[in-house]
Amino acid sequence: MIIPLLTAGIFCSLYAFKNNPSTGSQLRPPRTDADNAGLKLPPGFGALVVADSIGKARHIVVTKEGNLYVKLAKPVKEKGIIYLQDKNGDGRMDEQSGFGNYGGTGLYLKDGVLYASSNDEVFSYRLNEKNEVLDQNNPAKLITKLKKGRQHDTKSIVLDNSGNIYVNIGAYSNSCQQKDRTPGSPGIKGCPILDSAGGIWQFKANKLNQSYGDGIRYATGVRNVVGLDWNQQNNTLFVMQHGRDQLNGLWPDLYDEKTSALLPAECLYMLKKGDNAGWPYVYYDQYQKKNIQAPEYGGDGKKEGSKEYINPALAFPGHLAPNGLLFYTGNQFPEKYRNGAFIAFHGSWNRTPEKQEGFYVVFAPFKDGMPTGAWEIFADGFAGTDQVMSPRDAKHRPCGLAQGPDGSLYVTDDVKGTVYRILYNGK
Amino acid sequence: MENKMFMKKLLLTVMFILPLALFTQAQKVSKAISTPAAARDQLLEGKKVYSKFCASCHQSDGGGVPNLNPPLSKTIYVLGDKSRLIRIILNGSNESLEIDGETYSNPMPQLDILKDQEIADVLTYIRNSFGNKAAAVTAPEVKALRSKKK
Repeated sequence: MIIPLLTAGIFCSLYAFKNNPSTGSQLRPPRTDADNAGLKLPPGFGALVVADSIGKARHIVVTKEGNLYVKLAKPVKEKGIIYLQDKNGDGRMDEQSGFGNYGGTGLYLKDGVLYASSNDEVFSYRLNEKNEVLDQNNPAKLITKLKKGRQHDTKSIVLDNSGNIYVNIGAYSNSCQQKDRTPGSPGIKGCPILDSAGGIWQFKANKLNQSYGDGIRYATGVRNVVGLDWNQQNNTLFVMQHGRDQLNGLWPDLYDEKTSALLPAECLYMLKKGDNAGWPYVYYDQYQKKNIQAPEYGGDGKKEGSKEYINPALAFPGHLAPNGLLFYTGNQFPEKYRNGAFIAFHGSWNRTPEKQEGFYVVFAPFKDGMPTGAWEIFADGFAGTDQVMSPRDAKHRPCGLAQGPDGSLYVTDDVKGTVYRILYNGK
Repeated sequence: MENKMFMKKLLLTVMFILPLALFTQAQKVSKAISTPAAARDQLLEGKKVYSKFCASCHQSDGGGVPNLNPPLSKTIYVLGDKSRLIRIILNGSNESLEIDGETYSNPMPQLDILKDQEIADVLTYIRNSFGNKAAAVTAPEVKALRSKKK
């Protein structure tokens, strides 16, 4: 009795294995790495490396088949988007190809279309029923001629449910000083950068060759955003801002090194049309819990900024460099994670002489687009060392986040090009 | 035959080693003449300027920040032409910079608020730290370029 059942069982699993190689990883959760890929995770979670050394891996999407598209900051062998497939169903990607000879950060998948950005344009690729790109060499050019300075040039993208695409256009400056990053240099009155950068622009997701005249400046006063996501529960855009640098270096009489390492907050903003987050005129101080006038614009570290500027939904310690934001809608992780925010922090460089911080993925619980509790570090250990004095010490730096069809969380690293998959296997 | 080869090798060795040894000796002598205490001070003073104005971007170890701020260790910008290096401090720089295939995007601020001696000290410090070894920069060298600029 037992033997035939066992045989049938083995036969069934083999059968499933053979006939659904591309979905094999969904049938059975993959075996996690013995050391959880070097990550420190909450009890019940495990991790594995699904791909490695693919290049400077930025944002990532997972298809419903469990295959991955990863955008590279710099093309490798003329391939700026890497397509990874798991052919044998062990959860590890075993086939790699690529296309799109341009570097960039943004990548998004919605309704059979893959959207990708260079640092000044946005493209779309139609997908077939298996979510494979139909024509790798001829994407549609949706948006073009976006402002690209040397700083903050990446263009992250996300779509809403009404046919719009949102693009961050980073301010090509630290704090709109007359002389950028120069000690004591005052801010430019009516910062001219804000006309074409330092905000989020909205365009149509299906219209070709759009530029500034075709889109709208959806929100302004946002210095630079890399991580952003659309919250499906309250149907609203959320972005993680990279706050300004060098309060002590530029204004040593107002800020000491320790204060400068912690301020200003890295802010998670809920953005509605017309919102202004206040860069470069104010920054958010997570200790005083208010927007403070920037020293470039007459601030002294205490003077409160204008009330016209919005407050963040959540504030994190300074300089952690949030590069990925994902609202979790899966069922695999325990209840508390549902609809909450995962944020990948690339890690700081601007805390010298203090040690650097970040290099981890945090979790913040949310319900209906509102935070419901304190944030916590979810996945740590990417850096491979406890003391990161300079970001070069970090072996891996988290960047992009994506959710798999089974509810697994994927994290990219843009130092070594590692892709991690985090699973819940507790009870 | 073998003997000839040996002589050749010896000659080559002497040709390379001797000037080097002489040079090192000369260095030692010149250091001894120009009060060693003063030479040490320039590095110490330079380090103070570095901590205040440079370390937040280029990092305490001079290694820079990937993609943002270039490293100062063993690059032609630091070890090469002194005038170019001095001008980067006096004028700043917002040009695309590539070192070993990596690009760096943050601008170098103009730091002409620093005194000639401070610039000489900090440049001497970076040219002789982080694995670097290059000739000192002097205040008159900075002054000459600053006056040219005006």
